[in-house]
Amino acid sequence: MQITLNGEAYDVREGATAAELVAELELGNRRIAMEVNEELLPRSQFETYQFAQGDRVEIVHAIGGG
Amino acid sequence: MSHDSLTVAGRTFHSRLLLGTGKYQDMAQAEAAIQASGAEIVTIAIRRSNIGQDPEQPNLLDVVPPDRYTILPNTAGCYTPRDAVRTCQLARELLDGHNLVKLEVLGDEKTLYPDVTGTLEAAEQLINDGFDVMVYTTDDPIIARRLEDIGCCAIMPLASPIGSGLGIQSHYNILSIVENASVPVLVDAGVGTASDAAEAMELGCDGVLMNTAIAGAQDPVLMASAMRKGIEAGREAYRAGRIPIKRYASASSPIEGTFF
Repeated sequence: MQITLNGEAYDVREGATAAELVAELELGNRRIAMEVNEELLPRSQFETYQFAQGDRVEIVHAIGGG
Repeated sequence: MSHDSLTVAGRTFHSRLLLGTGKYQDMAQAEAAIQASGAEIVTIAIRRSNIGQDPEQPNLLDVVPPDRYTILPNTAGCYTPRDAVRTCQLARELLDGHNLVKLEVLGDEKTLYPDVTGTLEAAEQLINDGFDVMVYTTDDPIIARRLEDIGCCAIMPLASPIGSGLGIQSHYNILSIVENASVPVLVDAGVGTASDAAEAMELGCDGVLMNTAIAGAQDPVLMASAMRKGIEAGREAYRAGRIPIKRYASASSPIEGTFF
């Protein structure tokens, strides 16, 4: 199944959860936040949220800025 | 001077210099500049994570840990209220519910001037969603008042365009904004050197937010120290109450008692 992750096509297994994706990307111990289809996905829902085909996923972090 | 503190949305600070964390050569330079500036509030930007890159690379929030600094996420790069609101919501999640943000809705890439109608719209949505909004805006006193009226916790007019180093272009507008406001007014953007920062403070501003003036200096750490002093000097001068400006001289030494 394909989703869009930070603007690029990305394959995940059918029914993959947000938590699985975070683990796969080795972002588990990083400060990140996630949005699916332009709506915030709280960390508390990572375990239960299952991606659907075509979900547009954004994973963000803090960088330097003014 | 310990009693002369800055309070924004119920949070109290000793430093009146707010520092951006962009444009430094590396994390070590950013860290040294932040320390030299004495800043307690530091801004960050929210961007896509680098998927597939070394997970061990240094993280900005290791350099400015949220338990030691007040992190002020910005909405830099946002040209619509919607994008600004999304960015703030992601930032709040990223920072475990920390709800203080710097809102900027930009209108144009060349000037990076605020889109004031977009800014008002985004500010209203964010305040309704429980955010404390420090708002970047033009030096228009009427817009500043409207932003305060809808509940922004700090008004942050530009001195001049972001990164320009042109200093304060409309002294009297900044003064009007300061006079009208009952929330803190901080000059945000356009400061070039320490005297610009001092000038903002002498006008009665409550603080100055800067980034390029320090990060882009030949010696950012030394400039951070200079800015700190400029802000402290300007603040003290403001509190001391300057002499009136006159066109002609007024002798410093007594006229009486001359023997010639």
